[in-house]
Amino acid sequence: MDLTLTETEAAFRDEVRGWLEANNPGEEPRSGTGNWIEFATDWQRALHAGGWAGISWPAEYGGRGASLIEQAIFSEEMGRAKAPRPANLLGLVMGGPVVIAHGTTEQKERYLEPILSAEEIWCQGFSEPEAGSDLASLKTRAVKDDGGWRVTGQKVWTSFAQYSKWCMLVARTDPEAPKHKGLTYFLLDMEQDEVEVRPLRQITGEAEFNELFFEGAWIPDENVVGGVGNGWNVAITTLMNERAGLGASAALGLRIGLDELVEMINEAGLGGHPGVREHVAKLQIGIEALRLGALRTLTATMKTGIPGPEGSISKWEWADLNQDMTAFATDVLGIEGLAWGEEWSHRLLRSQANSIEGGTTDVLKNIVAERVLGLPRLR
Amino acid sequence: MNFGLNDEQREIQATAREFLSARFTPEKVRELAEARAYDDAIWTEISRLGWPGIAVAEEDGGQGLGLIELVLIAEQSGYALAPTPLMSTWNAALFLAEGSDDQRARWLPGVASGETRAAAAFDGRTERAVVPDADGAAVLLLSAGEDSARVVDPSEATIEPLDLIDTTRRYFKVSADGGEEIPGDADDAANRACVALAAELTGVAARAMEMAVAYAKEREQFGRAIGAYQAVSHRCAQMLYDVEESRSLTYYAAWTAGAEPESLPLASSMAKARASDAARSVTAAALQVFGGIGFTWEHDLHFLLKRAWVSAELLGTARQHRDRVASLVGLD
Repeated sequence: MDLTLTETEAAFRDEVRGWLEANNPGEEPRSGTGNWIEFATDWQRALHAGGWAGISWPAEYGGRGASLIEQAIFSEEMGRAKAPRPANLLGLVMGGPVVIAHGTTEQKERYLEPILSAEEIWCQGFSEPEAGSDLASLKTRAVKDDGGWRVTGQKVWTSFAQYSKWCMLVARTDPEAPKHKGLTYFLLDMEQDEVEVRPLRQITGEAEFNELFFEGAWIPDENVVGGVGNGWNVAITTLMNERAGLGASAALGLRIGLDELVEMINEAGLGGHPGVREHVAKLQIGIEALRLGALRTLTATMKTGIPGPEGSISKWEWADLNQDMTAFATDVLGIEGLAWGEEWSHRLLRSQANSIEGGTTDVLKNIVAERVLGLPRLR
Repeated sequence: MNFGLNDEQREIQATAREFLSARFTPEKVRELAEARAYDDAIWTEISRLGWPGIAVAEEDGGQGLGLIELVLIAEQSGYALAPTPLMSTWNAALFLAEGSDDQRARWLPGVASGETRAAAAFDGRTERAVVPDADGAAVLLLSAGEDSARVVDPSEATIEPLDLIDTTRRYFKVSADGGEEIPGDADDAANRACVALAAELTGVAARAMEMAVAYAKEREQFGRAIGAYQAVSHRCAQMLYDVEESRSLTYYAAWTAGAEPESLPLASSMAKARASDAARSVTAAALQVFGGIGFTWEHDLHFLLKRAWVSAELLGTARQHRDRVASLVGLD
């Protein structure tokens, strides 16, 4: 047990930190505003030029083959520097890893470099209005046509769709097969008339997400990833990548929030209030537990090579903590804390999605119960 | 960066698990708890394993290992709900390690070998302090007020039995004047003792969780295992959440004691607060999963629940430790 960084790890951290100090462009424009994509594209180009785009990707595909620890360090440093998101976040975190794991040589040659350079932005077409937690029940159909597929249906909660060239689409190709078996993973070209993108306004007033409508959209055969009927397995890879290593950087985001909160409390002269002290301490303990649990999981994953279901606890903890912290902060600030458009009122509203996005807390509890504790499935 | 155990630590953990489960079967724990007694023969075996002096320096007659190794045994001891004077011995040894050369030379070799019984206060009171295993101890470690401790001769102390709901450990109230002050860092010793107790609480919680989960898999109602119902399975998932948070914070605190002592005060309070809450909530949740049978004397769960409540109260409650955490993170 040694929670300090090794010399190599510390050198890596210093390299990241030094690079970020010199290159961090600062706070991004609110998402959904017109200039976000240019800002974020420039930022990703800078990251790519510095060798910091897709660091988990093997070097032969343009990444740096960073270890899990290095990935965690990188995310932590990005968080510490309050560096913005790169434009092609989903391409880097999900699209690239899927193409690397399941794609053909031609697909790797075609898609990977433009992901890294942000020349082509990617989005993810998984969720549907009637297929949320029960993703495998999705209804969007892809029907075989000459040399390809015609897609009809609807997707929802699609971030970055308005900027995207490619959509990672999971569609039903065999309606007769059992629900997990009849799915195929496609790369769909967003630049066609048969695809419509409608922004989805959320409770914060912004539109981070979109709805997608397909009316016979075209996908050529060569855009199937991982084989027809294998879509569920391919999709699971992306979801695993989504959750792996999330904990440490999530804890850092919370830590920055709590530090701000402690300052606010002291300024308001509430530092001696027993209820306030109790609440701050509970948040502190929860945030540290999240950070340390993520490090324990990371160590275990380095040994086994496979991210286990324990990552579900990190996601659940994070949602609990962020919702609790934003609610508490608005209590501390009083009615002014609920002013429209203010930092903490915005965070309070945004945090309400934390227990839904990326796996609802309710489903995460099922995963913990069934896959970690071995309790029977409710069928 | 590596947040895992090394081979030697895994071996210590496995030995503790095996030894304690073989000696402290549920029947044995019940027998001792109902008699409010310890088993001297098992204590002799524990002493031979070197556990009393696991974290005592080699020059003081101990094993010279760290708080991590101690914590691994403490966790297993909680898991087995072993009725032994181990926790009092460790607490006393941690304070004695802060003693003068004379104090250390006089007491530590005997305490580390398990031959000399020592006991320490598990609260900060100078009068009528709660001291588990005070009777029969050859030396007592009591508070001497804020951040200081003293060595007291038991013959100069008033020792009264204290019957608590937990009967797997023997509790006493001790009053004494005078004694010989310990020159070292009593606060540091107290922080370490908190981490050891947090480990015990983590083990208690882990055991209650395992029992509840096993029961939820086999107990059937309305035609299926109750663990298939989300009201029950989500309760069990919450137990794991609590146990794992408690374990992460406890191991981390144990690590800081050796590697990053400036972080120990905050880390030990976080661990003790979290572990106290976890042990109380997990044992209570386990009782709910068991339903009526869990409320009977015949069932073993109540011994865990009672230990959880008492240990949560010792060495500072969760609320007291959270108050300290609030100060340490910068609240004015």
